[in-house]
Amino acid sequence: MKRVQFEHSAVPYLFIAPQIIIIVIFFLWPAAQAIYQSFLLEDAFGLSSQFVWFRNYSDTIFNPSWLQAAWFTIIFSSLVTFLSLSIALLLAVKANEVIHGASTYKTLLMWAYAIAPPVAGLMGNLMFNPLIGDLYQGMNAIGFDFDHKLDPVDASFVVILISVWKQVSVNFIFFLSGLQGIPKSVQEAATMDCDSSFRRFWTITFPLLAPTTFFLMVINITYAFFETFGIIDTTTQGAPGGATTTLVFKVFQDGFRGADIGGSSAQSVVLMIMVLLLTVIQFRFIEKKVHY
Amino acid sequence: MAQVELRQVRKTYPNGAEAIFGVDMQIADGELIVFVGPSGCGKSTLLRMVAGLESVTSGEISIGDRVINDVSPSQRDVAMVFQNYALYPHMTVRGNMSYGLKNRKMPADEIERRIVDAAKMLKIDQFLDRQPNQLSGGQRQRVAMGRAIVRNPQVFLFDEPLSNLDAKLRVQMRIEIKKLQRSMNVTSIYVTHDQTEAMTLADRLAVINEGQVEQMGAPMELYSNPRTLFVASFIGAPQINLIPVTFDGTHLVNGDIKLAGYSRLPTDAPLVLGVRPDVLSLRDDGQFPVSVDLVEQHGGENLIYGSLAGAHSDTGESQEICLKAGQELLPDMDDRLTLGFNPDESFVFRADTGERLK
Repeated sequence: MKRVQFEHSAVPYLFIAPQIIIIVIFFLWPAAQAIYQSFLLEDAFGLSSQFVWFRNYSDTIFNPSWLQAAWFTIIFSSLVTFLSLSIALLLAVKANEVIHGASTYKTLLMWAYAIAPPVAGLMGNLMFNPLIGDLYQGMNAIGFDFDHKLDPVDASFVVILISVWKQVSVNFIFFLSGLQGIPKSVQEAATMDCDSSFRRFWTITFPLLAPTTFFLMVINITYAFFETFGIIDTTTQGAPGGATTTLVFKVFQDGFRGADIGGSSAQSVVLMIMVLLLTVIQFRFIEKKVHY
Repeated sequence: MAQVELRQVRKTYPNGAEAIFGVDMQIADGELIVFVGPSGCGKSTLLRMVAGLESVTSGEISIGDRVINDVSPSQRDVAMVFQNYALYPHMTVRGNMSYGLKNRKMPADEIERRIVDAAKMLKIDQFLDRQPNQLSGGQRQRVAMGRAIVRNPQVFLFDEPLSNLDAKLRVQMRIEIKKLQRSMNVTSIYVTHDQTEAMTLADRLAVINEGQVEQMGAPMELYSNPRTLFVASFIGAPQINLIPVTFDGTHLVNGDIKLAGYSRLPTDAPLVLGVRPDVLSLRDDGQFPVSVDLVEQHGGENLIYGSLAGAHSDTGESQEICLKAGQELLPDMDDRLTLGFNPDESFVFRADTGERLK
């Protein structure tokens, strides 16, 4: 059978050209550059470079500081994703039940969305400043021996706290609209079928929120991997001793502070592959459990 | 099995809006009561108060001997069928039907037995493992009914369950609901705005208007003996002919029309004469000269719409009138007919209060 063919015109391509051009210039070209650079070793002054095959990769992956950063990234991302999703879900469920002054309440909860990660980081920096920071002094006053400049756990606590705080508002908006998308009559039918509101939440509400949760999980993991760079750069800068260095922050440190363009490119290529695999896993295995 | 009793039930919303103004009602064991009324009249609110989805501001609702005002919805032993089915979209038909039973800690074999029985009765047994989005509207409606039936409740509540179905399916499901209710003999409350559905289903009808029960009784009793203008106009299809009149001491008067046979009516108040379309007939000595505007042929019967010559409606336009006749009467447009009726078969209401005087 002959398939129907329409006359092609150049006009549609013109319409999508701006988007394509942006993708090529800001995503594909840098990615290609990174792959190319990752095979090169530059001298310290950047005057010459030589092709070294996969040496940058092996230097990267077998480097203890890279492994430390990878390990931290995994823990950091899981915690940030889990905490920001669960806190946002709790807030959304509670806000959804509020009747009086609901819009004020919701606006206040969404407010943090407008703050850029570096600004959130700066705010956190001030709050945890050993001299004037209320949180720093408060933590010590209630008996914690808190010092994020020296203690890796304390430092991690600071960056996780700020990252979660920053992300909760975004998740809140999506969860709230997801909750409002559940038909009222379905909730009512559940009220008549099940006495315990806790059980009702896990058997009816949460499964119906699964598409939202899945979408947010993908977004949040990406956020924790990449966007938290601004927070780390303005607070701990990876200290103490690389304990709060994420993979993205290490790419930046090695490439721009350490001038190791080849090694840093190799790291970003590895990071790209990791994120690619993670996304494939999410869509392959977790999405199957989502009921749309 | 249980009787349901409402005593001075009121509903006032937190913003001060009053929805239900003191309803008293007794529903006998196994009876099918239909709440009928225009949208916004409070019929759904009243049903939802029985279900426990709305709080009761004052008054008492009891099922059997138990006052249920403060009993949670799932403990009231009632099951509800919602207008848009309200099936759980992430569960199979079986899951939907078993959910309420599992939460009541019923043994699995008992749940399965009930599901199979209900599914057979509703002819959905081949769909048990499908999800709601794989079913048609009528099938979903059956699942929603099945979910209520397996609960084996003391009271069924139906909130306009057929209004999302197409006309043919609606009639079919209406008959099935009636049959099921008969065979299961469960006390039921059914809310609808469709007066045909109300007339055909109900053991007794409660006509609700502006948060109050205007009249309650068997469908035919309400049809032939309405207590108010509202009940007369709401019950019956085609609608009753309502003609604004005044009483001059001997006759009801509207323009050139003078109707004899009425007495002891107030002469100082505007009145409304109500004549059912099936009470009117062709008579040479009839009271109503009518010019035909439109004939609707319904097959077995013809509905003839015309305007009453010499009379005016209360907006000053020509007074419309409808006659229900056999299929042999088929006048042309603008034909003149003379229609008559027996004054004993007509109603007279006060126009201001709606109270029936005759």
